[in-house]
Amino acid sequence: MELIAYFLSLKPLNLLSALPGNIVQGIIWGIMALGVFITFRLLNFADLTVDGTFAAGGAVTVVLILAGIPAPIALAIATIVGLLGGLVTGFLHTILGIPDILAGILTQISFWSINLLVLDGANRAVNVDKYHLIVSLRNISSSIVTMLVFAAVLVSILYWYFGTEQGSAIRATGNNPQMVKAQGINIDFMKVLALGLSNCLVAFSGGLMSQFQGFADIKMGQGAIVIGLAAVIIGEVIGDALIGKYMNFYIKLVFVVLGGVIYYFVIGLVMWLRMPTDLLKLFTASVVAIFLAIPYLKAKTNNSFVFANKGGAQKNA
Amino acid sequence: MLKLRNVHKTFDIGSINEKAALCGIDLQLAEGDFVTVIGSNGAGKSTMLNAIAGVWPVDEGSISINGTDVTALPEYKRAQYIGRVFQNPMTGTAASMGIEENLALALRRGDRRTLRWYITKTEREHYYTELKKLGLGLEDRLTDKVGLLSGGQRQALTLLMATLKKPKLLLLDEHAAALDPATATTVLDLTNNIVLENKLTALMVTHNMTEAIRHGNRLLMMNAGKIILDISGEEKKRLRITDLLERFKELSGVQMETDSVLLS
Repeated sequence: MELIAYFLSLKPLNLLSALPGNIVQGIIWGIMALGVFITFRLLNFADLTVDGTFAAGGAVTVVLILAGIPAPIALAIATIVGLLGGLVTGFLHTILGIPDILAGILTQISFWSINLLVLDGANRAVNVDKYHLIVSLRNISSSIVTMLVFAAVLVSILYWYFGTEQGSAIRATGNNPQMVKAQGINIDFMKVLALGLSNCLVAFSGGLMSQFQGFADIKMGQGAIVIGLAAVIIGEVIGDALIGKYMNFYIKLVFVVLGGVIYYFVIGLVMWLRMPTDLLKLFTASVVAIFLAIPYLKAKTNNSFVFANKGGAQKNA
Repeated sequence: MLKLRNVHKTFDIGSINEKAALCGIDLQLAEGDFVTVIGSNGAGKSTMLNAIAGVWPVDEGSISINGTDVTALPEYKRAQYIGRVFQNPMTGTAASMGIEENLALALRRGDRRTLRWYITKTEREHYYTELKKLGLGLEDRLTDKVGLLSGGQRQALTLLMATLKKPKLLLLDEHAAALDPATATTVLDLTNNIVLENKLTALMVTHNMTEAIRHGNRLLMMNAGKIILDISGEEKKRLRITDLLERFKELSGVQMETDSVLLS
């Protein structure tokens, strides 16, 4: 009886009405995922700076807007702060020889204090009625258009950049650093460059998120890296299933953004089912674990060990 | 062309694994020298090549290429002078990138990486003709990922990459050792043609005495971090394996572990 009452209490229309907002947030996460894709997939560097630079992007944007600076300029400055965060992680790793994960964690944790200083507290609100914001949940239809344009432009820029001499040197660095050195490329420089670029995108996305939700919060970056990974991996698995071998780099980038949208749609669905929001992070982690495991388990079930085992079992029977 | 003066290198100094790998290497190569390097395991052959390439700093001595002192230059900066092929076919190429992408990276060896598009139409035609010369059919697979190629194909491609932009010095570190005998012969013949055609200065480490004698105009024998024999010219042409084994015993005081050198 209770179950029926629960299902009756769910309102399909609510799910539908939440969809446009979820799409906007999904694209914002998708842009952050592009940054994660650069480090995690192209550079082969597990960069945990992301949680810090995402919140920093949000904090800097909101504080600057409140100080009377136009939103686009505030967003641009926030992006530069992200760049600096990436460079710090890069220097910690290349010049001071700190392992990649640890270098990222150190920068990330430093940003916690920096963001508290910037926000002068745990959070700051920015009212869309008083300030002109680029995106806002009070104006979803125009936000969708804006975000689609941003995503298209960023995907195109990244596609171009990673097709240049410099971009292909970054890709090669993630692939085979020894070969890259033998071709006269400074791999330290390439790593720092890629980390900077990646965290630019992350902070940019954080700046958009704070405008969309109308506030910046010290905790808004918590778990951002996991959401980014979720988007990257969901995008890859689904892109692979739909496009398969016709996949090219441009479509791959599009699917990373789509991964963000799909992720956020699933979150919207879960919230609509009234799952306690406390469990969201647990849920996200599970989604990432499952999608990371799929390619591995697929390879594991399609090999001669398994076939031979099955054959052997039949003979015995 | 290449000049090594009193080069020393000891690994793991102060530990129980301390190993004096290079103990005073003096070597001078003339332009166009094609030098083969032999010696038993641990003699310092690969270490000498790595010292020249700048994989790590040396403890003592100096290295100059074409009159430029490169002793203080890191590996990536020396790459402007040096083309390299490694023993492991996986080392010289980027597996998840295409054949033409790998060639494009190699064509710009030592150049600043700009924001120009990484591959042009004329370059692609250039890659096509160069790959065709290898005779392995790679010219029709320009966009294939290098990870799909066999070890021999990858070594041939690495060889082409190392020489696509003419290097002052070509370093070949047992680059045929990981291949089956037939493929090894193909790769070595290819090497010989490329070196002679482009009049390259090359150092080729090998485990195979027959190949060491067959190729090049000069032969070095190493033992315990030193060059113990340096043969060139007419003497090199008349050289036979038995001579080498005899000279090795005479110079080093021990028998060379012959099975690997003789049978390969």
